[in-house]
Amino acid sequence: MTAEPTPPDQPAAGEPLLSVRDLVQEFVVRTRGAAGTDRTSAAEGVLFGTSGSKAGVVQAVSGVSFDIMPGETLGIVGETGSGKSTLARAILQAPRPKSGSVMFRGTELTRLRGRKLLQARRHMQFVFQDPFGSLDPKWKVRSIIDEPLVAYHAGDRTARGKRVDELLDLVGLDPARYAKRHPRELSGGQAQRVAIARAVALEPSLIICDEAVSSLDVLVQAQVLSLFEKLRAELSLSYLFIAHDLSLVKQVSDRVAVMYLGKLCEIGPGEDVYRQPLHPYTRALLDSIPSTEPGAARATATIKGEPPSPINPPSGCRFRTRCPRATDLCATEEPKPRELAAAHFVACHYPLSQPAPVATVVTAADATTGATFRSA
Amino acid sequence: MTDVLLQVDDLRVSFVVGGRELRAVDGVSFSVDPGRTLAIIGESGSGKTVCCRAIMGLLPLGTAIGGSARLRGAELIGLSDAELRKHRGSDIAMVFQDPARSLNPTMRVGVQITEAIRTHRKVSRHEAQTQAIELLRLVRIPAAERRFHEYPHQLSGGMRQRVVIAIALACRPKLLMADEATTSLDVTTQAQIMELLLELQHELDMALILISHDMGLAASYADEVIVMYAGKIVEQAPALRLFGAGGAVRMRYTRALLDAVPHLERPAHSPLPIVGGRPPDPTALPPGCSFAPRCGSAADDCVAKAPALLEHAPNHRWACWHPCENGGAA
Repeated sequence: MTAEPTPPDQPAAGEPLLSVRDLVQEFVVRTRGAAGTDRTSAAEGVLFGTSGSKAGVVQAVSGVSFDIMPGETLGIVGETGSGKSTLARAILQAPRPKSGSVMFRGTELTRLRGRKLLQARRHMQFVFQDPFGSLDPKWKVRSIIDEPLVAYHAGDRTARGKRVDELLDLVGLDPARYAKRHPRELSGGQAQRVAIARAVALEPSLIICDEAVSSLDVLVQAQVLSLFEKLRAELSLSYLFIAHDLSLVKQVSDRVAVMYLGKLCEIGPGEDVYRQPLHPYTRALLDSIPSTEPGAARATATIKGEPPSPINPPSGCRFRTRCPRATDLCATEEPKPRELAAAHFVACHYPLSQPAPVATVVTAADATTGATFRSA
Repeated sequence: MTDVLLQVDDLRVSFVVGGRELRAVDGVSFSVDPGRTLAIIGESGSGKTVCCRAIMGLLPLGTAIGGSARLRGAELIGLSDAELRKHRGSDIAMVFQDPARSLNPTMRVGVQITEAIRTHRKVSRHEAQTQAIELLRLVRIPAAERRFHEYPHQLSGGMRQRVVIAIALACRPKLLMADEATTSLDVTTQAQIMELLLELQHELDMALILISHDMGLAASYADEVIVMYAGKIVEQAPALRLFGAGGAVRMRYTRALLDAVPHLERPAHSPLPIVGGRPPDPTALPPGCSFAPRCGSAADDCVAKAPALLEHAPNHRWACWHPCENGGAA
């Protein structure tokens, strides 16, 4: 099915910059002799390579839909293996999602190929967690930032050189001191600034940050976060900000989405999601944060066990095996996202805005990990 | 005096890097009482890990270590490897950040635990196996008998860290040092592991040293908090005093660390207070306060002379010429 590519349009006012609908990403897990029951490797999906027999299919991202408006920051939180990084890569078409639609600036990315896809992706850039892993150690800072400019034929050598200086200035690095350095001569925070300079070089409209500040020390993290905020204001950028740290996501996001086992369980304005979470999983995540507040109760493990295997996710609601409010309904019927407050959606049969269901059935059979913890 | 479990006095650790002396830990003193929790907080390179590794005797040969660390009166610094081994495991144990790297990927989990038991105690293979399964139960690993025969790669990160803790607890140490033990884990798993550590601490009457960069962790779980910067303790106080009502933080660096942590209470896009620069080069420390070049309140005296860590209030020490008033809360 090679559809004719749509010409890239500028998004009209009021149109979302990025519109993701029913996005599904699957990986085939293959065995290497023994049965592929490895939870962590399964989450990685491709670890088993291409040899061996098919052991199962991991739906790492399972029917995710959301919009990002121009200038807006959407935060995505979730635990390891929830599929948040896979989602980001599926949006980037690397690798291409199994099904669903990704509309970016009015162009359907899933149908584009080759040069057309490259052109469309020019306005969407990525910043990864490990700056040293994403910067070529043999290149100098100048060449690293220059590379996207060369790739997209943005000006001649002199113009590009000037642009690199501007970009270094923009991210707070003195071009005279840093342009000639190699990544190993930079600190973690400086290296991340170089990665950011490279990301904004082509004046993108969307930057996808995948745990972009998670490996940095707290003071440096604050510096880089402020840089993101400054660029947002100066270049009117949108961000898809992925992190496992809830406080961090709250700090930078207009809206926040919570992911669990490949599905969005809640999405809404940041302030509302944090102040009045509707999904029990969001509540549990929030309760797990150690607080520096005076006299605050210490964080307690509010949900037990660990996420089940994504190869064979629970029927119905995927969170039900760890959910304190789960009933039989949750096992049989998958909850659909509902808008319970303005722009605040939740996929739960018994959202926290309602009293807990009367007959709470603990699905003990599923709680292979949970049951033992409760004895403590 | 007899009550103290671990007494560290004027601990100094230096390496030689490229012909220059790198002072990783510079005159650190603290004590830990039995059954208590001490948190050592600092950024990477502040010396918190080196400090604990020096106590455990885990630093490379050729490292210059000075000062003293006494465990129930017995000096640890300067002991030979063979002598230290008597203390490691049975008196002090350590849990590291990355559970995947602390475990041998080619050995079954059970073998690794029994090995730890049989290294320290003369017990039969069978007896060690029974104890190992008990340990797995102790750290709340479900289906312990089955997990005993599994390899580390078959366990999730949280489960692996539980196994590492089980190994650390094999000989019921009196002191457990957890070096960023929950940093690589998810928040819900982190809460579970911290809860486990606290329960075990109670059950086994064990003292805990939490080494972390996370102020929240210190505030939530520690009795006593030490903040380190560039190899020195810059503030030391009971957690309640530091984080409690009215917030009595004095040292400007502690304040900066607290302010830089994103809080749920802050509205989105609110500006974070920024501390520029980065920690000083440990081979060329400034003569004055090592935080002075980044400190907003630094004056001439800060640059000229380093402030000493003094007990300005009961149980509250800080090293600052111009401490924050009223905790300096922003």
